[in-house]
Amino acid sequence: MNILLDLFLTFARIGLFTFGGGYAMIAMINNSCVEQKKWITHDEMMDITVIAESTPGPIAINCATFTGYKKAGFTGAVVATLGIVVPSFVVIYCISMFLDNFLELTLIASAFKGIKIAVGILILDAAITMVKKMHNKKLPRTIMVCSCMAMLCINIFSVNFSSISLMIVAAAVSLTVFILNGAPQQKGGNGK
Amino acid sequence: MIYLDLFLGFLKVGCFAFGGAYGAIPLIRDVVMSYGWLTDEMLTYMIAVSESTPGPIMVNLATYVGSSQAGFAGAVISTLAVVLPSFIIILLVTALLKTALKNKYVQAVLRGLKPCVIGIVLATGIYMVITNCFGKVTAPAVNLQALIITAILFGATAAWKAIFKKKLSPIMLIIISAFSGMLIF
Repeated sequence: MNILLDLFLTFARIGLFTFGGGYAMIAMINNSCVEQKKWITHDEMMDITVIAESTPGPIAINCATFTGYKKAGFTGAVVATLGIVVPSFVVIYCISMFLDNFLELTLIASAFKGIKIAVGILILDAAITMVKKMHNKKLPRTIMVCSCMAMLCINIFSVNFSSISLMIVAAAVSLTVFILNGAPQQKGGNGK
Repeated sequence: MIYLDLFLGFLKVGCFAFGGAYGAIPLIRDVVMSYGWLTDEMLTYMIAVSESTPGPIMVNLATYVGSSQAGFAGAVISTLAVVLPSFIIILLVTALLKTALKNKYVQAVLRGLKPCVIGIVLATGIYMVITNCFGKVTAPAVNLQALIITAILFGATAAWKAIFKKKLSPIMLIIISAFSGMLIF
């Protein structure tokens, strides 16, 4: 089969059958691309997972772009990325056309009032998992606690300060501390 | 212009969405609220729908917001915008800058970004749970039904963990909450 078509179909299948996003998809991608198709090696898969964690965007997209690029250059990257996006796009687009009418049914509306509570708990739970996985060092802990407090105040008092600005401040603080603390002594080692 | 707003709004989300889907939710909330595209209520519903349908949550949310604001073209534009930054960054990293991420200064920036994202997600979670049960600070009102459902959900999660030694999956939690909602509201 044509490699481009194969890339598209494989990633479309992954996009269609993985629920819950991110980490569930990594398992599927590992299974299809490393074990079955042997498009990328196990080590490359590990590398891309690490890279995905340090770059913005959905992890599944990062993996698809990387694998597509490895197998068939820029076109491959485009095709694989489209493959993972198209199924969820179609599903959500269809839902979006009906959701408003759907919500007018009383029973569905009450169901969604319950679901709303679950979403809050899910987000809280995800945050707690992330906190547990954090390195137990002073600076990250401080940044985490400060940004949590700041974000709570922003939400409660509806302050006009976006979370992106907060992230830029945190990045600047971390960079400043790094430069003040020790970067000058390790000069010459950057970007090797 | 709505198309340009959607594109720029979701481009911003795509550029700063560290830490997976949950890291992106506060950003999407910010953008959607500041433009007044959806109510807090609708956005929360959509998060649940995105969680229960296949595909990356960020992509699902972008598609939905785009389609609700500007139909099919809006959906395409928002989805492209949210994907574009990570697509370009991965291409750059794999093709050209293989060691860019190992650079000390890049690492220092990331060490600041990651805990900040965790803090933001934590704050969003706490804020959502509290406002669901006790209303907004400006208009406090104890919501008894919501309190009961919160208790049920926490109970279910704890019980599941104790019995099966495994986390309750998000989809199961959403199903339980939907049924409790139908019964209680």
